[in-house]
Amino acid sequence: MNRFATLCHKELLRFFKVSVQTVAAPVLTSLLYLVIFGQALEGRLAIYEGVRYTAFLVPGLVMMSVLQNAFANSSSSLIQSKITGNIVFVLLAPISYGEFFAAYVVAAIARGLVVGGCVLAVTLWFVELRVHAPLWALAFALLGAGLLGTLGLIAAVVSEKIDQVAAFQNFVIVPLTFLSGVFYSIHSLPPVWQQLSHANPFFYMVDGFRYGFFGVSDFPPLASLAIVFASLLAVSSATLGLLRSGYKLRH
Amino acid sequence: MEEGEFFGLLGPNGAGKTTLINVIAGLARADSGAARVMGADVRADYRRARRMLGVVPQELVFDPFFTVRETLRLQSGYYGLRRNDAWIDEVMHHLDLTGKADANMRSLSGGMKRRVLVAQALVHKPPVIVLDEPTAGVDVELRHGLWQFVRRMNRDGHSIVLTTHYLEEAEAHCARIAMLKEGRIVALDTTRNLLGSFSGLDLRLHLDRSALPEGLPGRLLEADGAQFRLRLANYAELEDALARLRRGGVVIREMELHPPDLEEVFLRLTGSGS
Repeated sequence: MNRFATLCHKELLRFFKVSVQTVAAPVLTSLLYLVIFGQALEGRLAIYEGVRYTAFLVPGLVMMSVLQNAFANSSSSLIQSKITGNIVFVLLAPISYGEFFAAYVVAAIARGLVVGGCVLAVTLWFVELRVHAPLWALAFALLGAGLLGTLGLIAAVVSEKIDQVAAFQNFVIVPLTFLSGVFYSIHSLPPVWQQLSHANPFFYMVDGFRYGFFGVSDFPPLASLAIVFASLLAVSSATLGLLRSGYKLRH
Repeated sequence: MEEGEFFGLLGPNGAGKTTLINVIAGLARADSGAARVMGADVRADYRRARRMLGVVPQELVFDPFFTVRETLRLQSGYYGLRRNDAWIDEVMHHLDLTGKADANMRSLSGGMKRRVLVAQALVHKPPVIVLDEPTAGVDVELRHGLWQFVRRMNRDGHSIVLTTHYLEEAEAHCARIAMLKEGRIVALDTTRNLLGSFSGLDLRLHLDRSALPEGLPGRLLEADGAQFRLRLANYAELEDALARLRRGGVVIREMELHPPDLEEVFLRLTGSGS
């Protein structure tokens, strides 16, 4: 096995070995959202014509799981390795910063897609859903997971304690995902909040992903895809620069 | 450091031993200067430098998600090695880890974890092996086995760098020693020369009389009746001393010769003793 594949394999093994915590728990959480919000709001909100609220909710919940779990995978794995010191085994090896980056991000994408796939599979028991353009949905899931996996790497590199990573997750990632239109269409918001939502990169990921299911969206999907892709490039190059410098990894 | 050497790096806490190792291993970056492993610069040619190097870290670190065998397979993969199981089995055998191959790292005792660290440093058969305080907190039995294994690696051509607090270990194993103090090398020589040039020989005599013959070489440190303690500079002086005793008709009842002790050299050089 080559170096990148080994590190990636290690990251995958890590989350499969604790899959109750890394897969089953987030699936249950999403299911609870579906049951509670679906029950409370079904029939009161009509967002797209001919789309029931629970059906509208499912792609949002799937994407939220993809994003949050991609972030959780890279950030928790790296911060744990830094704190316990076993990151030294990777740092001693002839692994380049590019291989390091790719391994963590690919594993984060894999975790995001596995959890997202499980959430989708489980919710399909409760909700009837047709997929209008699966490739669009997949493209947004891949890019979104990549972006969040990369953000997770940044959070873990910069942090020295688990609390700091948790703060990043609780005060940045969670609010941005909740305010990205998972539970509502931004068209139902007052104009100011609509404007603000357009500054939230997570909005484009959720909206674009939803387009893959219903063929309708709040924002043109191609433009969303371009925005998400550009964000991924910008964040990735910043992360690669950080890793190259050895910041808080090689002293 | 020369190829194939067993090299000791000594110094008090905070002298910079681990920092130096971290620079060589690429874990830290030097503010100035360069480090090379078998000719490969640790920054410009880091892949080759790291392949040449196996480091046993001082801290007892491990990944709690994996078993011993998984740990060693992953470590092999980090060096681009596939199908390394034959060598992994051999290393585990020599370090007495075979019985624990499928045990989770978390369940191992401290000594066992230390052995896994040694095995991890060896998965890619590095020509240079760095042991940073390898016997700290390790029981006697493991210490013995570990030295046997490391000496064998050295005989097979591996260069060994050892940092240790146990001076008798350095004395027993290292052919050459560097002593560090506050980040600087205060001595760099063969173990024999270091011991010779700094301490001399401690000669204890029990004679048949309470006076020493005239002109005996060395310095008298103690005299108690017919017992004397002399500090000699070298073995030539010992020969001279014995010849003068014989010529003076003095009978030696008992004699002890203490070779110099690295601890004394160490304390004198690092200035932390008298």
